[in-house]
Amino acid sequence: MHDFAFHRPSSLSDAVAAMQAAGEGKFMAGGQSLLPVMKLDLAQPTDVISLAGLGELRGIRVEDGAVVVGAATTHAEVADSDVVRGSIPALADLAGQIGDPQVRNRGTLGGSVAHADPAADYPAALLALGATVVTDRREIPADDFFQGMFATALAEDEIVTAVRFPIPDGAAYAKFPNPASKYAIVGVMVARTGSGVRVGVTGASPTPHRASRFEAALAADFSPSAIAGITIDPSGLASDPDASAAYRAHLVGVMAKRAVEACG
Amino acid sequence: MQIAVTVNGRLHERSVEPRRLLCDFLRDDLGLTGTRVGCEHGACGSCTILVDGESARSCLMFAVQADGAELTTVEGLAPDGGLHPLQAAFREAHGLQCGFCTPGILMTMLPFLDENPDPDEAEIRTALSGNLCRCTGYQNIVKAVLIAAGVATNGESSQ
Ligand SMILES: Cc1cc2nc3c(=O)[nH]c(=O)nc-3n(C[C@H](O)[C@H](O)[C@H](O)COP(=O)(O)OP(=O)(O)OC[C@H]3O[C@@H](n4cnc5c(N)ncnc54)[C@H](O)[C@@H]3O)c2cc1C
Ligand code: FES
Ligand code: FES
Repeated sequence: MHDFAFHRPSSLSDAVAAMQAAGEGKFMAGGQSLLPVMKLDLAQPTDVISLAGLGELRGIRVEDGAVVVGAATTHAEVADSDVVRGSIPALADLAGQIGDPQVRNRGTLGGSVAHADPAADYPAALLALGATVVTDRREIPADDFFQGMFATALAEDEIVTAVRFPIPDGAAYAKFPNPASKYAIVGVMVARTGSGVRVGVTGASPTPHRASRFEAALAADFSPSAIAGITIDPSGLASDPDASAAYRAHLVGVMAKRAVEACG
Repeated sequence: MQIAVTVNGRLHERSVEPRRLLCDFLRDDLGLTGTRVGCEHGACGSCTILVDGESARSCLMFAVQADGAELTTVEGLAPDGGLHPLQAAFREAHGLQCGFCTPGILMTMLPFLDENPDPDEAEIRTALSGNLCRCTGYQNIVKAVLIAAGVATNGESSQ
C-alpha cells in the first residue's frame, strides 16, 4: 500500500478544509470498506482524513417524528440503541444483521451510505423509510442519493453528518445474505408510512431502488398475497457467481413477501 | 507519526508510518505475535483483538487509528502465564486443531460472553460468524464456549 498523510481534524470545517487542501483525499470513518479498497490499490489516497474525532457526527435522537442518527454511529450502536429499537425496530434489526460483530463494532452508518456498495443493507432502509441524508452543506432525499454502483450525490469534499429516518407506522427488513460475508444478495425493507407503502430493494441491482409495482399493490392490499402474482423483470439486475439475475428477481419477491408478513 | 497505545495494560509510544496496519504494528513492532494474520483482507477474523473492549479486526485498522486506545491481545488474556478460563475450556473441549484461528476466536468470544453470559448454541454461532476455522468444523469451538459459560460440561453434547 502506498503511504499517505493521516489527518485527525477535530471539527467538521477542519475536515472539509483538509480535504480541499489534499491532492487525492479520502475521508475515513470505520475503515471497514476503505481499508480493503486501499489494500487492492483501488483507492490510492495521498491524504486520509479521519472523521473519528468529530463530535458533530455522533449521537442518536428523536426529532420531529424522525430518528436522527449521526453518521459516525456504528452498526452495533444502532442495533443496540434503545431509541432506535423503540421507534424503528426494523432499522435496529437491519443494523444487527450487517456483517459480523467485528464489522459492526467499527463500521458506521455514514461510511456505509457514502460507500454505496450495491450489496450494503442500509440503502434498503433509507429508501423504504424515505430518509434524508444530512451533510455539512445540504439535505439530500434518499431517492436522489444513490446514483449507481459505489456512486452517490455527494461531492468529493462533502461529509455526511447524519441520516434522518422518519418513524413509520410499521416496517420490516428481510435479507438473503451471502453466507460468508453476510452482504445482501437481496435485501428488502417494506415500510407503511402516513404517505403510503414504500419498498426499498438492495443487492439486486447496481443501484438500490424502490419496487414501485409492489408499493402500488401493497397500498391497495397490505398482504403477502397482494404481491404474490407480480413477477420482477430480471433485465438490469446483477448477475454474479452468488446468484443469477433470474434468481435475484425471484428473491426480490420472496424477501418482499417475508418483510410484509413480518410487518404484520 | 507519533502514537501512544496501551496494549494489555502497558503503554507503548512509537513512531509509525500512517499505512502501518495495526496487526503488523502489534506483531512486528511490539513483538506480540499471538495475533494471527490470515487473509489480511477482513474475511477470516484471525487478527481479531479488543479495541477499547470491543472486538475488531486488526488487519482493517491502521496503527494510527489506535492512538490513545486501549488494546487487548491474546497475550493479555492470562498475563501470569496460566490459562484464562476461556482458554482452559478450549483445551478441555479440543476447541482447536492447528490453532491458527484460536487467538481471533478467543478475542471475539471474550466480549460476547461478557454481554451474553448464558448463550445458546445458535447465539454462539452467530457471534462466531466473522471467524473462519479451517480445521475443527466449529463443533468443538461451540462446545468450548458453552463450557466457558458454564452451560455445558465436556461430557455433554453441544447438539
Ligand atoms: C467482512 C465484512 C463484511 C461486511 N458485511 C456487510 C454486510 O453484510 N452489509 C453491509 O451493509 N455492509 C457490510 N460490510 C461493510 C461495512 O458495513 C462497512 O462498515 C461500511 O460499508 C463502511 O463503513 P465505514 O464506517 O467502515 O466506512 P469507511 O470504510 O471508513 O469509508 C467508506 C467510504 O465512505 C466514505 N465516508 C465514510 N464516512 C463518510 C462520511 N461521514 N461522509 C462522507 N464520506 C464518508 C469514505 O471516504 C470511503 O470512501 C462488511 C465489511 C466487511 C469487512
Ligand atoms: S487477517 Fe484480518 S480478517 Fe483475516
Ligand atoms: S484450528 Fe486450525 S484454523 Fe481453526
